[in-house]
Amino acid sequence: MAKIYTVSELTGYIKALIERDAALAGVWVKGEISNFTRHSSGHMYFTLKDERARLRCVMFRTENRLLPFEPADGMAVLAAGRVAVYPKSGEYQLYVEQMEVAGIGSLYLAFEELKKRLAQEGLFDPARKKPLPAFPAKIGVITSPTGAAVRDIIRIARRRFPSVDLLVIPAQVQGDQAAQSISAALHLANTLPDLDLLIVGRGGGSIEELWAFNEEIVARAIAASRLPVISAVGHETDFTIADMVADLRAPTPSGAAEVAVPELGELRRRLLMMTERLRMAGLRVLERKRDRWAEMAGHPALLKPQRWLDIKRQRVDEAEERLARAIRNLLEKAEAVFHKELATLDALSPLATLRRGYSICRKEDGRVVREAGEVAPGERVRVILSRGELSCTVNRREETLDEPGGTEGKEL
Amino acid sequence: MNQAELKEKSFEEAIARLEQIIELLEKGELSLEENLKLFEEGIALARHCRNRLDEAQGKVEILLGVEEGEVKTGPFQAEEEEKTGE
Repeated sequence: MAKIYTVSELTGYIKALIERDAALAGVWVKGEISNFTRHSSGHMYFTLKDERARLRCVMFRTENRLLPFEPADGMAVLAAGRVAVYPKSGEYQLYVEQMEVAGIGSLYLAFEELKKRLAQEGLFDPARKKPLPAFPAKIGVITSPTGAAVRDIIRIARRRFPSVDLLVIPAQVQGDQAAQSISAALHLANTLPDLDLLIVGRGGGSIEELWAFNEEIVARAIAASRLPVISAVGHETDFTIADMVADLRAPTPSGAAEVAVPELGELRRRLLMMTERLRMAGLRVLERKRDRWAEMAGHPALLKPQRWLDIKRQRVDEAEERLARAIRNLLEKAEAVFHKELATLDALSPLATLRRGYSICRKEDGRVVREAGEVAPGERVRVILSRGELSCTVNRREETLDEPGGTEGKEL
Repeated sequence: MNQAELKEKSFEEAIARLEQIIELLEKGELSLEENLKLFEEGIALARHCRNRLDEAQGKVEILLGVEEGEVKTGPFQAEEEEKTGE
């Protein structure tokens, strides 16, 4: 029976074999960067690839410190280093010592070509962009039903405007089928009743993972959409073709939810202001007309005991009574509405919060202090209470991690 | 405007109409009858809008498919939602 090796022994053997090879100790490789990440330690991890193969690479901080460029996914590079085995993951990888830009990567070229072509067709024209509904009642969310993006969108949208309805329209957002799946979902969404707006997107990922949003079929489906479309692909720095065609580009999925629905509190305040304006305008109208009526009723021509007037007198009396009644009713109604609104306004106002015993601390330049770190000992601050203000000097400060608003240790 | 007509109005339309009414009233160029009518409509719109803002939590659903023109949906549960207690 053959000798049985442990995994460590076998890996060690392979490691020795590879690392003994002089050709692998100093090799130049040409490829395209993907899955690029810079670890907090400063080391860079990425994959170099071409059409048929991939190579894991690491470039340590001591080496990458001197790099004259910032590596990014899709970039074609020449990398020099040694090939070695990392036993823990059982992977061989290129330990990069030097790297140069070799030209523009193929994905980047495809992106630029499509962008140019669609721009010529006018697909990015601002004039094509549809306005977004200010108060969408129901929003279609085209994304993966299991990703972080859908959760972010739902959470933010409901926090801002709880009564909004959301319909998740599942689509594959990465892989070979993704572009097809997203465009099919876009077409389907446009046939559904009740939707006011679409959000299409996904969370962050490598350039390959986001690639579907750079495909022509997705761009065309967005352009053909009857419903307004907000794109929300990856992070703030990711810019895709889908973003350019969409009616609005949101930097992230959470950002999409923020622009899609209004903030309830803000709407309430606006409505309150409108109700007050309505009430005032109504009162002014009534007063003006009442004055004119009184003036007219007292006019000598009307007071003359002419026959025609006698005949109509009763009707005038009736009309006067009706008017008085209408005015009374409306005033009562307006008053009731006004009082209710006033109570709401009061509850929203910071004054109500102060009355409950909270206070606001401001720096001398008026900025509100939210964390102990914003002020230095010896600095003067103003503390605003429900009634009156205090002028204080900070003696000592203690920064706490979990209670950024804590005031412990700030003796006044 | 009757209740049914009001219900049909989207929040957006209601706010726009309210804005228009306020401007008309503030100009004060119409007859008393017209102004009273507008004012009443305005009050009804404002109440309608407030009711819309007070509406209960909306639905979150997932599209299951469209079969023979019939849209099939189901409730959508985002796993994390329960944790955040929203």
